[in-house]
Amino acid sequence: MSDFFSAFMDDLPQLRSGLWVTLEATILGALLALVLSFVLGLMSISRLLLSRGVSRVVVEFFRGTSLYVQLFWFYYAMPPLTGYELSPLLCGVLAFGLNYGAYGAEVVRGAINSVPRAQYEATIALNMTPLHRMRKVILPQAWVQMLPSLTNLLIQLLKCTPLLWLISAADLMTAVEKLRSRTGETLTAYVTLLACYFVLAYALTLLMNLLERSAKRRLGLETGGRSLLKSRSAVTAAAAGGAR
Amino acid sequence: MNEGFKWDAVGEALPLLLQGFKVTLLATLLGTVVAAVLGLAIAVAGRAPSRLVTVPVKIVMEFIRSTPLLIQLVGAAAVFSSVEPLTIGIVVLGVHYATYTSEVYRAGIDSVPKGQWEACRALSMSPRRTWQAVILPQAVRNVLPALGNYAILMFKETPFLAVITVQEMVFKAREYGAGHFVYTEVFTLAGVLFLVASYPTSLLMRKLEKRLGH
Repeated sequence: MSDFFSAFMDDLPQLRSGLWVTLEATILGALLALVLSFVLGLMSISRLLLSRGVSRVVVEFFRGTSLYVQLFWFYYAMPPLTGYELSPLLCGVLAFGLNYGAYGAEVVRGAINSVPRAQYEATIALNMTPLHRMRKVILPQAWVQMLPSLTNLLIQLLKCTPLLWLISAADLMTAVEKLRSRTGETLTAYVTLLACYFVLAYALTLLMNLLERSAKRRLGLETGGRSLLKSRSAVTAAAAGGAR
Repeated sequence: MNEGFKWDAVGEALPLLLQGFKVTLLATLLGTVVAAVLGLAIAVAGRAPSRLVTVPVKIVMEFIRSTPLLIQLVGAAAVFSSVEPLTIGIVVLGVHYATYTSEVYRAGIDSVPKGQWEACRALSMSPRRTWQAVILPQAVRNVLPALGNYAILMFKETPFLAVITVQEMVFKAREYGAGHFVYTEVFTLAGVLFLVASYPTSLLMRKLEKRLGH
């Protein structure tokens, strides 16, 4: 056990760069997913059949084919087919972003639909332009609804990043895996790794809770300090189109 | 560089992938059973009157739910190296998803009207009989569609099992791809097979959910 931790200290630079790769994949993947969620989500409530159809097909495609298959497809199948070779990290960001963007699109759609109908009618009565209506009235309310589900998706995305190890990106999993094979301390290594991911997940949850609180404040919904520490609920993940 | 799509490779790999598909389905089915049973146990334990039970259950659940499935799989396979990989895969997948299904059950149990509990008490039923005869039959019926959704999610995560050498579909795809250098075709085929299997199932679940009035 002490062997492992002294090796852990020696390997700190590699571990730090591994942690950085994991964070990079999580954050860039999440940003791509967020953009796609909004684009696809807004497209799916459009009045044009074509835009609804395109969004539906893209969402069902990326949700229906497994993330694992998508990641491998970008890594192994893209180069011979197109001649472009992407770095492992970029493959990861693309696969995570597209996959979770598809799930997120359902979250955005559901949240916008949950804004009471009367709010739309009021904006029409006030002669607001569609853009103005979305920006000032609909989205601020939908955003509060979306945030808990988006937090769930973010943590799920973080939990998928060890897949990068399989396509030889030097992420946190890779760094600890190297340590493990050198020291032979299997159990300690994996428990340490799990603890690292738990800390990351909890830190992200706290950040998202902070965001949720400020979004609620803007709507005049006060929440106490305790709400920051609340843990995620698994039910919203499923209810917000986690599986369907 | 561009050599086009080799259709004959698709034909050749298809039987192999279908063979792996059977393992995928088996793992999903058994994993769902583990998750459904264990999830129920966790949900009931979470309603125990003593905090000595509920607090540790909550902490362990939050930990399992917040950490990557891949590491749990690889770790379990390394620690219990003498156990068959498929068994480890099913148990780890089942335990991971049990932390999700337990919340579904919890919501289902909460949805049973309070009067039902009070009636059981008035009839001086034992706690065991209260759960068995009154609460669970009502709660479980409400949560079946949600459990189905988790089965579909689990189905899409079975490729993780390839990492611990379970011979499921993606494992077969990688094996064939590495042997013949035709990754594009086999991974596209694997993706299509996933889509073909999961999309109709999710449509069916949605219909079932509407029918039960959710």
